[in-house]
Amino acid sequence: MRLPLRNLECLWGEEKLIKIVKRDQPSRAIFFLTPILAIFLTLVAGGLIFYILGFKPFEALKFFFIVPIADNYGLSELLLKATPLCLIAIGLSFCFKSNNWNIGAEGQLTFGAIVSGGVALLFYDQEGFYILPIVILAGAIGGMLYASIPAILKTYFNTNEILVSLMLVYVSKLILDYLVVGPWSNPEGFNFPETRQFSDSARLPLLFEGLRIHAGIYLALAAVVISWFIFYKTFLGFQMKVSGFSLKTAKYAGYKGKKMIILVFLISGACAGLAGVGEITGPIGQLHREVSPDYGFTAIIVAFLGRLHPVGIIFASLVVAITYLGAETAQIFMQIPKYTGQVFQGMILFFLLASDYLLFFKFKFIGSKK
Amino acid sequence: MIIDINFVGLIITSIMASAVPLILASCGELITERSGVLNLGVEGMMIIGAISGFALMTVTGSLFIAVFGAMLAGVLISTIFAFLTQTLITNHVATGLALTIFGIGISAMIGKNFVGIPGKEFPVLFNSLKDTIPFLSPILFGHSIVFYFAFALPFFTNYFLKKTKIGLIVRAVGDSPESASNQGINVRLVRYACILYGGAMCGLAGAYLSMIYTPQWIENMTGGRGWIALALVVFSTWNPIKILIGAMIFGGLTIIQFHMQAMGVRIPVQFLTALPYIVTIVVLVVISRDSRKIRLSTPSSLGKSFYKDN
Repeated sequence: MRLPLRNLECLWGEEKLIKIVKRDQPSRAIFFLTPILAIFLTLVAGGLIFYILGFKPFEALKFFFIVPIADNYGLSELLLKATPLCLIAIGLSFCFKSNNWNIGAEGQLTFGAIVSGGVALLFYDQEGFYILPIVILAGAIGGMLYASIPAILKTYFNTNEILVSLMLVYVSKLILDYLVVGPWSNPEGFNFPETRQFSDSARLPLLFEGLRIHAGIYLALAAVVISWFIFYKTFLGFQMKVSGFSLKTAKYAGYKGKKMIILVFLISGACAGLAGVGEITGPIGQLHREVSPDYGFTAIIVAFLGRLHPVGIIFASLVVAITYLGAETAQIFMQIPKYTGQVFQGMILFFLLASDYLLFFKFKFIGSKK
Repeated sequence: MIIDINFVGLIITSIMASAVPLILASCGELITERSGVLNLGVEGMMIIGAISGFALMTVTGSLFIAVFGAMLAGVLISTIFAFLTQTLITNHVATGLALTIFGIGISAMIGKNFVGIPGKEFPVLFNSLKDTIPFLSPILFGHSIVFYFAFALPFFTNYFLKKTKIGLIVRAVGDSPESASNQGINVRLVRYACILYGGAMCGLAGAYLSMIYTPQWIENMTGGRGWIALALVVFSTWNPIKILIGAMIFGGLTIIQFHMQAMGVRIPVQFLTALPYIVTIVVLVVISRDSRKIRLSTPSSLGKSFYKDN
């Protein structure tokens, strides 16, 4: 194996000091260490970008990653952003583990928000303990319905799920736009593109007075526990793992491939739908045009950074949530454009994928051959 | 209702104009996919091309620098993708997604200072012939050079893939990298070249949007066209000529929605905007239903990494 280091070899002449060798087995330690390496490299590259833009790198990084979470309010905001990311990423890990590329979680989130928002609007002038469970259930069902479209098209019509799930994101956002501008807009709202406020019974309770963090975090934690159980303690989890490694093996073993595809899509749709419910019945309290700042897309990065492992995803969602907060803080205090958040998110994924190289290959020092 | 023949000509012209970025990006991506690489970063490369073209045009004032700069920017950003997928053997889908997210972020960052600046006028060719023949001349004359290039590109691409030796090598690499490698072809090099070419075409497509189609910079101005371009490649079953047809259909959907609004058709505007996406899904379903046909035309190694141990 000499290709990747060819240039370095030239530098050292004929006598190679380092050789790249393929590992017999992917290294497990490195599997969990590379995300940390990726985050570190992202910080270095981010500092470099800030430097090029003419900011002091360390100060900018401080405003980006430390200032936003330095007080209780910041920590609450961090959890508020991490909750939907974690929930969606858990759902996506079902799809990704079994080799199904659902990248339309944003659409499933939006549709879940539409359905649950519609139900919440039915009860807008009522109070009662039964309202919130119905609203939450409606959101999960909405997400599942929307995720079932790419799943059914993939299983029965052989259609590429990447493109279908993505196209549906645009469609869902336009449906939401139509509803909040047209039939569902608040009759007393002076034509603002928003619905009525939901009744208090349809809102997720706040955890602390004065902070925005709400009970949705329990949904995310429940999803973590349940998914861990399914992945590692059930036959379904095993089937998913096998299909992820090799579809041929899965077929040979007689697993019901189609059923599984639909199931993982439904699970991930339900999770995304619940994230949508969390947004509208938590911090927002009504439907309007922007129910999610691209949580559905960012969650893809979270799922990978967390190595598709439930516990890993918790940490990953916290890390990626900082990029949302950091982008806002950096914009306010240093006039750094808020899109830096997305740049950081893209870089994390780049570096993570790149450092996967270390999983399969190792550098071997063979000494000088003088 | 009297149908004005010149009006029909104008509608066809505007459909063609909106098809141009789709043709450019799809033809670029088609070559990439024919070599066995699935690059989902089309949207990201297009948006990078859009901001680079517009920014260079505003700063230098030179069309030449702007257009080639946009293509170069597409090449540069796709180099990241090529390095990751070919040298570090990463997953194509995940890397492409990262490229799109990164591209949208970095373009908005660069474009911060260019919002609201009006674009310069792009010179058109054969403008004097525009009024000579009714109906035909607005379709044929008075367009930018990129426009003509885009409509010639599918034919060149077709010729390249079917009639030239390099085209054959690209197809061989995409259909069976192992055999190609055994024949002494450097698979990695071919794939690198195809990815960079795809990047250049996507960059050009983006530049067309920000410099010619709507000469201004708006954040996220590609608005999902990159994804439609990807769908078009599947739609065409990897045949460049069919890309032309597909791009005209999708361009037509975009234009018809404006005219239906203007004619006062009482359909919610959001439904019309959603139409291209819904039609994409329907078309994908129809095309993919015949799994045998799809399997025959899809490059066999599409999206699979190739690693040669030596």
